[in-house]
Amino acid sequence: MAAPAPKENPTEAMLASRQIPAAKGWSTAAREDAVARLRRMGLPDRRDEYWKFTRPDSLIQPDAPRAAVLANDEPPLFDQVDRLKIVFVDGVFDAQASDDLSLEGLSIERLAVSDSDLHWARDIYGVLETRGQTPVDRPLAALNTACATDGVLIHVTGTPSKPVSLIYRHMSETSDAILHHCIKLDAGAELTVLENGPAAARFNKVMEVDVADGASFHHIRAQGRDHERRAATHLFARLGSASHFKSFTMTVNGVLTRNEAVIELTGDDASAHIAGACVGDGEFHHDDTVFITHDAVNCESRQVFKKVLRNGATGVFQGKILVKAGAQKTDGYQISQSLLLDGDSQFLAKPELEIYADDVACSHGSTSGAIDEEALFYLRARGVPKGEATDMLTLSFLAEAVEEIASDTLKEEINARLESWLNRRRS
Amino acid sequence: MKALTEKGNEILDNVIVKENDGVKEGVDQETVDAVREVGGKYKYGWATDIEMEYAPKGLTPDIVRLISEKNEEPQWMTDWRLEAYERWLTKTEPDWAMVDYPEIDFQDQYYYARPKSMAVKPKSLDDVDPKLLETYKKLGIPLKEQAILAGVEGAEELTDAPRKVAVDAVFDSVSVGTTFQAELRKAGVIFCSISEAIREHPELVRKYLGSVVPVSDNFYATLNSAVFSDGSFVYVPPGVRCPMELSTYFRINAENTGQFERTLIIADKGSYVSYLEGCTAPQRDESQLHAAVVEIIIEEDAEVKYSTVQNWYPGDENGKGGIYNFVTKRADCRGDRAKVMWTQVETGSAVTWKYPSCILRGDDSQGEFYSIAIANNMQQADTGTKMIHLGKRTKSRIVSKGISAGKAQNTYRGLVTMHPKAKESRNYTQCDSLLIGDKCGAHTVPYIEVKNNSSRVEHEATTSKVDEDQMFYCRSRGMDEEEAVALVVNGFCKDVLQALPMEFAMEAQALVAISLEGSVG
Repeated sequence: MAAPAPKENPTEAMLASRQIPAAKGWSTAAREDAVARLRRMGLPDRRDEYWKFTRPDSLIQPDAPRAAVLANDEPPLFDQVDRLKIVFVDGVFDAQASDDLSLEGLSIERLAVSDSDLHWARDIYGVLETRGQTPVDRPLAALNTACATDGVLIHVTGTPSKPVSLIYRHMSETSDAILHHCIKLDAGAELTVLENGPAAARFNKVMEVDVADGASFHHIRAQGRDHERRAATHLFARLGSASHFKSFTMTVNGVLTRNEAVIELTGDDASAHIAGACVGDGEFHHDDTVFITHDAVNCESRQVFKKVLRNGATGVFQGKILVKAGAQKTDGYQISQSLLLDGDSQFLAKPELEIYADDVACSHGSTSGAIDEEALFYLRARGVPKGEATDMLTLSFLAEAVEEIASDTLKEEINARLESWLNRRRS
Repeated sequence: MKALTEKGNEILDNVIVKENDGVKEGVDQETVDAVREVGGKYKYGWATDIEMEYAPKGLTPDIVRLISEKNEEPQWMTDWRLEAYERWLTKTEPDWAMVDYPEIDFQDQYYYARPKSMAVKPKSLDDVDPKLLETYKKLGIPLKEQAILAGVEGAEELTDAPRKVAVDAVFDSVSVGTTFQAELRKAGVIFCSISEAIREHPELVRKYLGSVVPVSDNFYATLNSAVFSDGSFVYVPPGVRCPMELSTYFRINAENTGQFERTLIIADKGSYVSYLEGCTAPQRDESQLHAAVVEIIIEEDAEVKYSTVQNWYPGDENGKGGIYNFVTKRADCRGDRAKVMWTQVETGSAVTWKYPSCILRGDDSQGEFYSIAIANNMQQADTGTKMIHLGKRTKSRIVSKGISAGKAQNTYRGLVTMHPKAKESRNYTQCDSLLIGDKCGAHTVPYIEVKNNSSRVEHEATTSKVDEDQMFYCRSRGMDEEEAVALVVNGFCKDVLQALPMEFAMEAQALVAISLEGSVG
């Protein structure tokens, strides 16, 4: 490890504190490029426009701030689902707890042990991340590409019989995990990926997904309930023609979460749906930053983000639809809404449209407000106690986002979790 | 619709300014004539050949002192300007707007230009150089009061006199004259050029100047604070409803000259005033700079309506020439129940950087912003508003209609912020963009910050092309394609056009179509 860098340069200090994994064949060049990229842009600071609403300080300091491990009494999420489990504990692969990594229709390798020189992941690892660096810098993603210690490389060739489930356990109060996943779906292939768990005291995760023509990718994620955890995640996706992409994220708790999604529709007739439901109480700062680029004809994109905030929690939404010249017949939709359950919470939003093609229908909406007093009165007049009535209205507010999950079983499970979160806090 | 984009250049132009009088039923000749009047290419592109007096090019403390001296200003004003100049030196030009233009050499500009004949202030409009009067007449701005009175002597005293508009005309760096001052004075309203106000009403100017837009607010406002040469000043005393609409007409004439006007409007308790602003400039190959500051103070129960039709020379089809319009406009609703309404029709300028804002400080105060921004050819517009809710139960409404055509870029940029103490406040924002042609761009960049839960904020934005169903509806009822487009575009802007005072609505409606001239194709 190099000597600590001078305090005034957080980028060097961060790099010095990392152990950049030793040369691993194919990924060496990608990691070196990422270091250069990161040095060029520097880690984010408070003055960066893209970090206007979220202070990056605790994400860029060399050591992860301490985060207590939550004694979770709920049964593990997705327990009823038949799935292929891959477990990481504080960012370290746990072979014991994981299933056998073989499944018909796909191949799974681990980043840490894949060292052949001509790996398919060479065309994805750091490549989609680099594409996503224009026009906005995402230095934490470059840091991830440079320093990721492990992750999975999934190549999907057919239609696997069950979803791949990535489980992130948090055991150490000071863990600082960096994982990087690459997923490649061949033409016509299909895959569902489930992710859940707090992962670490501080978690930096990148997932790059290459969806070939006619393929479909479905992603459902639940970020862990640990109150003090911090996370910066990036989801980069490139979509081929007539492909489908769906991603849903549920966030409950966590002192700081920044989820970036960078999706590029490069083939005609593709569709991308991305949704998020978050509920936060007190020390809770949740940031959804989405960038969707339409670069093909007749594509559809949809962003649905709902935030329920109370006791001084902060919700942030920065969403952008970029329609490039020539991306005619684009249908772009974006909605971001917050429900503020008390006077201390805040919602900060920057929903953007940047459009260079004329034959498009793009819209965005953003609203913020308190619970509808009339609806509350209606329910109470029918004998529903106030707490229960508030929860009912809160769940119905979140429903539009949860509806984005295709599977009914998973939808119900996510809804149950949201309900029990509200239940625990009922006043 | 394909046919629409393949159609020739003259579509909209034909609809609005039909030469062969294919006038539809129900449209009277007067309307047709009035519309034709404002028709054609940029019709204010001519220059007045008049002897000018310039300060040397460039910006130095000496130039600042010179401007101050020419305006016969007291020492405190000179010091204020010099301080602004010092601050300006430490500031950098903002680069966050979605506009792109060659670097401006601020030392290669004239900061002061006035017609030589204005060296000795004319005592009344009768003494003003006829060439200047001619200029305004040509622009359709009546400076001779009798012209407004249509030759009826004593009409001023009649109760059913035609609607009058008092005009302050600013030519390059100086105010040429202000009409109806006597009548306004009778009502207690002060309406004069800002340079006159600095001399005659220093107590008011000192109290309010820079109190809404601080000296060092932003790069252009700071520059303006140092070098502003003239502009308008309005003071409406408590309880007075200004008896007529007030208007300022800005004309840039001289070459390589920046225009830096400063407008200060004070509506004291319970007063009301409606203010109109118009602007034009000659057609030149060199781009010219315009950096204005408008400050409005609205006290308890007062109301101000501020309407702008901005029609600076937009440059030619290839982006040559045109005005760079960098404007800071802000209204401060200081008292409870104060109300302000900005309405703007932005059709001119090569580059527009303008965000008329409302600070809603008083409880129950209200801010409204209605905007039509049209960018055609190579024009770039980055415009919008800020609604800063500080007081309780404050309300704001934003309606923005952006139209892009040719190779233009049109951006709505806005901020709505609800402070923790702005309980039970309300905002509604509607931003619609219309794209005509596949080479232009339309962008929306709203910032929304909600810091209390009893307020409601709603933001909606859409981007689309001219609606095919609406086109089909019109076509199936016998309209030709050109008429249909004009109707749809005007319908798209309707919400804003209706918010304009009568004087402007007509002109604006025609401008909407004319600005889009040659865009379909």
